[in-house]
Amino acid sequence: MRVKTKAYGEIDADERQRVSFPAGLLGFEKFKDYILLDARQNPFFYLQSIDVPDLAFILIDPFLFRPDYSLDVNDDSLGDIGVSEPEDVLVFAIVTVPGEGAGVTANLMGPIIINKANRLGMQTVLPDARWRVKHDIMAELAASKA
Amino acid sequence: MLILSRRLNEKIVIGDDIVVSVVEVRGDQVKLGIDAPRNVKVFREEVFIAIQEENRKAAAASGMQLPLMDIPERPKP
Repeated sequence: MRVKTKAYGEIDADERQRVSFPAGLLGFEKFKDYILLDARQNPFFYLQSIDVPDLAFILIDPFLFRPDYSLDVNDDSLGDIGVSEPEDVLVFAIVTVPGEGAGVTANLMGPIIINKANRLGMQTVLPDARWRVKHDIMAELAASKA
Repeated sequence: MLILSRRLNEKIVIGDDIVVSVVEVRGDQVKLGIDAPRNVKVFREEVFIAIQEENRKAAAASGMQLPLMDIPERPKP
């Protein structure tokens, strides 16, 4: 299908790239239909709204820079998207590219969870005080290697 | 908005299966106990607001050029 994307203009996307968010994202509850695409730049992805070309989120795998990241995938709240097998779970953090003079950050408190088996997604909120809405990706990557 | 007054140890029932109890009152701070099914999310308001706000900032900036970042990929399983 043809999708108008914020980053790359109009592209061809496969139906298998479609992800449906029954509850939308926090603050964007009305927008439920997205496609997940690889960014041209590793290791990022885009979560691109199908309905609104200007609505897109940059995503990153949080385990790349926080190997100690953990979230309870057996929580009943994930039943919203029907997750039964941990292998079905994709976890992403939403990335914020700041203005001048600050590092690129990722939101580890409100990760995006996608069930590969049924292509449903949700944004969940983690109660663990270790995870905040702004984690400096490069700083934490360096710290994880120290 | 429904406004109710409660005293210490009194409760409020919401829907069929959510109960809010006043557990402690100390000065201007009220400690609340919340009994709810596991699929009902309960959070301090400022947490939701922080995530909404961060989502908004992320969406506003997602058209910007992605910076070149040297992040090794994880080995694929």
